Amino acid sequence: MITLGDYLIVSGILFSIGFAGVMLRRNLIIVLMSLELMLNAANLSLVAFSRFRLGPSGLPNYNAQVFVFFIITVAAAEVAVGLAILVALFRARHTTDLKDISSLKF
Amino acid sequence: MNFMLPWFILLVPLFSAAVITLFTRRWKALSSAISVVAVLVSFICSCLIFAHQSIRAAEFTWIGIDGVFQVPFGLTLDQLSRTMAVLVSGVGAVIHIYSLGYMRDDEGRSRYFAALSLFMFAMLGIVLANNFVMLFIFWELVGFTSYVLIGHWFYRDAAADAANKAFITTRIGDFGFMLGILMVWMATGSVLFAEITPRMSTLTGHSIFLTVLALLVFCGAVGKSAQFPLHVWLPDAMEGPTPISALIHAATMVAAGVYMLVRVAFIIQASQTALLVVAWIGTITAVMAALIATQQNDIKRILAYSTLSQLGYMVMAVGLASNEAAMFHLFTHAFFKALLFLAAGSIIVMLHHEQNIWSMGGLSRRLPITFVTFAVGALALIGCPPFSGFFSKDAILALAYERNAPIFAVALFTAFLTAFYVIRLFVIVFFGNPRSDVARESRESPPVMTVPLIVLAFLATFGGFAFFARNFLPLPVEKGVTILVPALAIVALIVGSGLAIALYRNRAADPVNIELLRRKFYFDEFYSWLINWTQELLARVSAFLDRWIIDAGAVGGSSRGTWGVGALLRLVQVGNLQGYAFLFGLGVIVLIYFAVFR
Repeated sequence: MITLGDYLIVSGILFSIGFAGVMLRRNLIIVLMSLELMLNAANLSLVAFSRFRLGPSGLPNYNAQVFVFFIITVAAAEVAVGLAILVALFRARHTTDLKDISSLKF
Repeated sequence: MNFMLPWFILLVPLFSAAVITLFTRRWKALSSAISVVAVLVSFICSCLIFAHQSIRAAEFTWIGIDGVFQVPFGLTLDQLSRTMAVLVSGVGAVIHIYSLGYMRDDEGRSRYFAALSLFMFAMLGIVLANNFVMLFIFWELVGFTSYVLIGHWFYRDAAADAANKAFITTRIGDFGFMLGILMVWMATGSVLFAEITPRMSTLTGHSIFLTVLALLVFCGAVGKSAQFPLHVWLPDAMEGPTPISALIHAATMVAAGVYMLVRVAFIIQASQTALLVVAWIGTITAVMAALIATQQNDIKRILAYSTLSQLGYMVMAVGLASNEAAMFHLFTHAFFKALLFLAAGSIIVMLHHEQNIWSMGGLSRRLPITFVTFAVGALALIGCPPFSGFFSKDAILALAYERNAPIFAVALFTAFLTAFYVIRLFVIVFFGNPRSDVARESRESPPVMTVPLIVLAFLATFGGFAFFARNFLPLPVEKGVTILVPALAIVALIVGSGLAIALYRNRAADPVNIELLRRKFYFDEFYSWLINWTQELLARVSAFLDRWIIDAGAVGGSSRGTWGVGALLRLVQVGNLQGYAFLFGLGVIVLIYFAVFR
């Protein structure tokens, strides 16, 4: 029997992988992908809560599922903006390596 | 009507000043006429009030904070203020008329008469005020008009400087006066003269407080009546037109200090120490001014120093706790000193503004009316019987003889000096041969100037007789007076005059030359040095504060502080996206830790 805890563990693992990716990878595209991974980890836990914490009428809590749709929408928008910035950056600097993008350093 | 009549004394000159300033500046003759009419109305009102003792003044509340501070806008109408009002407006009227002649060619006549009217308003305000606040306001107004009138010929540097000097010097005294008024209010909770008097008697235990209070109030008189050590402004004030010197700087304004002291004598008399200080300040002023006067060559300056000296006598009388003697001398002095100044003005204007006595000479034949009237004034000033000055000065000398021997000795010496320098002036100006062309070609002044001289000469002659003066003010009672005092005074007079005649008859230049007296005891030099020194000190302290506390501390410190904090915060800006993300994640973890596990 798969319990809520299992889902949350998977979600946690996914989030950690994403976070590690953001921290450690040098390629901006991979960093963006890792960000998506973290968002989906959150989605997974929301859906799991919705499924396992049924309301008094026996129906799942749809609030969580609506919330997931919102996250997907925001994520799509974020990717669109993020990739646009990435393209612009690549045009300007001919690189997507984070090590080379440090103009804001003092 | 009766209630408003006293207010007319005040308001008519004010109205005249306002009309002249606002509307009639361009029509000089009209302006002069308005001013003269105003002062005459004021004089008539004063006389009416003097004649009808029953007249009371309407009173208005001006500032009223219940139980804390009450300042009514009211007038005192007692024997003292009635007499003083008649005196001030009377002498004022004579001098207004004289001014018509003296200032007839002056371009700034409208300005002059407006200021003169304003002065009459302010001076009568001092005389009639029934509380300290009103008195102080009029006191300052008088100072202002004095400033304007001394600086009437403001395009001359000397006049502008003298005006500033007079204003600033009296302000020093006024500052003390203001503190004194505040202390009176603190002590008694009232600023009304009538209310302070009974309340002062409850303060007998605090002798030091009372002494300080009395001396601070006295400060005002020191400034306004030009007593030592603030006397330096009065001789310089002679840069103003001569009628101004006569009215403001001899007969009335400088006497305001003495009048104020008499008005609040109960405050001074509450402290023996204060009385002694007042008496000695007066004595020192009297003898010092007389000494300086013996070596001056400007006719108006000599008269100015004689004014100082006579004011010293009055203050001395206040210090010897005799208001009657002080007021009596003020009364006679107003007449003969105004007379002397106006006579001097007549000479000056006829000699085309020549003021040096060594350019005059032999004027007795050229200006006979001026000569006779000046002689009357001079004889009254040196205290020659039976002229008015003899009686009032004798009263003060008798008082000093009775109460304080050292002061009497100095006062007697001053009487001798007075005779000496006045006769010196008289001999040089009116006798001998003319020493310059202007003196040779001079002639008598027009009637508009000589008639006031004659009027004042009568007053200076008869003003001292008891049958005349008794109508105006209570005369000092001389109890068990010895013949010694008047005898000594007359001896001093004869010796002084004799010496002066012997020394100065038919001289072309001054045979005596005492640098110390000619330079007025170096007071001006000393004050310049003192002011320089304090200013230097103040500048250095300010420079130190500015350079090290404000510049280096406040301004530099805050800039360096901002810079340092910025440098510190800069280290956080690593410029690495992942570094930021890491810190962000760390922050989230910390937040979660606090939110969940705490």
